[in-house]
Amino acid sequence: MENKLKKSLIAYLFILPAMIFLVIFVFYPIVASIPLAFYDYSVVGQSKFVGLANFSRAIHDHEFWVSVENSILFVGVVPPLQLLSILLAIFVNRKIKGISFFRVLYYIPVVTSMVAVSITWGWIFDPQGLLNTFMIKHGIFSKPISFLNDPRFALLSLMFITMWQGLGYYMMIYLAGLQSIPKELEESAYVDGATRTQALYKITIPLLKPYIWLCTFMSILSAVRVFDVVYVLTNGGPGDATMVTSVYQFQKAFTDFNFGYASAIGLLVAILTTILSILVFIYGGRKGGMSYY
Amino acid sequence: METLNKKSVDYKRVKAIKKIFSLVITYLILIIIAIFLAGPFIWLVSSSFKTGQNIYTMDLIPHPFTLANYIGVINFISIPKYILNTVIITVSGIVLDVVLASLAAYPLACMDFYGKNLIFSALISTMILPAAAGLIVNYLTISKMGLLDTLTGVIIPGAVSVFSIILLRQSYLTVPRELIDAAKIDGASEFKIWYKIMLPEVMPAISTIVIFDFIGLWNSFLWPIVVLQDPNKYPLATALKYLSGQFNYKFGYVAAGTVLSIIPVIIVFLVFQKYFINAVAGAIKG
Repeated sequence: MENKLKKSLIAYLFILPAMIFLVIFVFYPIVASIPLAFYDYSVVGQSKFVGLANFSRAIHDHEFWVSVENSILFVGVVPPLQLLSILLAIFVNRKIKGISFFRVLYYIPVVTSMVAVSITWGWIFDPQGLLNTFMIKHGIFSKPISFLNDPRFALLSLMFITMWQGLGYYMMIYLAGLQSIPKELEESAYVDGATRTQALYKITIPLLKPYIWLCTFMSILSAVRVFDVVYVLTNGGPGDATMVTSVYQFQKAFTDFNFGYASAIGLLVAILTTILSILVFIYGGRKGGMSYY
Repeated sequence: METLNKKSVDYKRVKAIKKIFSLVITYLILIIIAIFLAGPFIWLVSSSFKTGQNIYTMDLIPHPFTLANYIGVINFISIPKYILNTVIITVSGIVLDVVLASLAAYPLACMDFYGKNLIFSALISTMILPAAAGLIVNYLTISKMGLLDTLTGVIIPGAVSVFSIILLRQSYLTVPRELIDAAKIDGASEFKIWYKIMLPEVMPAISTIVIFDFIGLWNSFLWPIVVLQDPNKYPLATALKYLSGQFNYKFGYVAAGTVLSIIPVIIVFLVFQKYFINAVAGAIKG
């Protein structure tokens, strides 16, 4: 008994330095976010308890609901498109000369900052940029399309950039998954007369399932949190065509310095996100997808 | 007999041609994907060497070739200073995370103590529960500490990540117990066991953490714009946004600045590419 007490003391000495930071910057924010949403927070003066006022304001705030809708669109479009990286992984999972060179090339967008990626694509999508110049030169467009300033295309363009940056990352995860599948499984399927497509659907994809769930989960979370690309390229515009919840919350907090309202928005989004991730977890778990982790 | 031989030779030839053909197609697709994923950067590099008049042309080879954009952008903003800020943020962030996480994960994996399960569940729950207004609460905390507009204020909220602790705990669990028991019989202290025996065993996990932290910290953007007001203290990604805001009309400068900001991370990536790729695989297995 005394021994365990002494051991506990030593254990806490190991944990303490990290715990100090975690308590202040990880645990405390989770708890302290909640009361903040019930206050009219003032940076200099006295903060005032306002009950549910921030929430009722959010419920009647049209722009907030537009941002929720856009975020949901982001979650609905980007993670499914990101599944393309499975094909990419299957394609680069072969032993030919120079393949690692190509894998490295495909990974470059992943290590580059989203700001640099956004600036680069911002110029490709510019009315005078590469894409319009090319399309007009070849007679595909009759006049330039302002991808980022046209409400019809702005959100789609941002989704495309987000997906583009993630492809290499998810490709690497799927590649790790593919390489963990024993070769004999596929070979024996071929011996039994399976075609390549059959082997892909009946063997490779089912065995990749845990990886597919993991990647989908990560992709959903990053789609919910999408910020940099929107902030750098459109800041929610034109109008509120690309307004997403993270940017809206940021603007309310750090442009208007309305911390109480921004926290209420955050709380509503957090509730939606938690429900979503629990659903993905339960669904993935029931299908045995998450069992590996 | 002769015809049979001839047939098999033909068959072999057809097979060889088919093989070459499929190889050519494979490389062609690989190149098209490469143009899709790396092409924008290649075009960016080429644009950064173009003069103002022909910046919009699609030619890959800049003609006339000019260094004016680089000279202009270096004169306008101090790139070395931003690189220094970024290096300070990245290096201290990595060191803090590796040291604090590897210390904290050790007892969670290898010791039996009061409250162990509670601490572990608390850590796991932070990965599921989002902080509704984490940015705001941390801003207020940093502000109360008097650390607004300082690099310290940028660094310490991310000093240790829960992900790193959990990854390292998994890694410590795979170290054979006999190693620890043998060291204990020899009378080694827990700290010595951790330092001399355990730490070398979990180096692969540590390299995974270093790489993830490196990409994340080097490219960090949101938190620095919240904490920092003085553009002189900006890290590269934030400075780049600032630059593009200032020079919206002068794409040559922005292109040159963007290229300069990407180069360090690309070099690190190319040198350590094996570790990067293993890191992704390592994080999944952990």
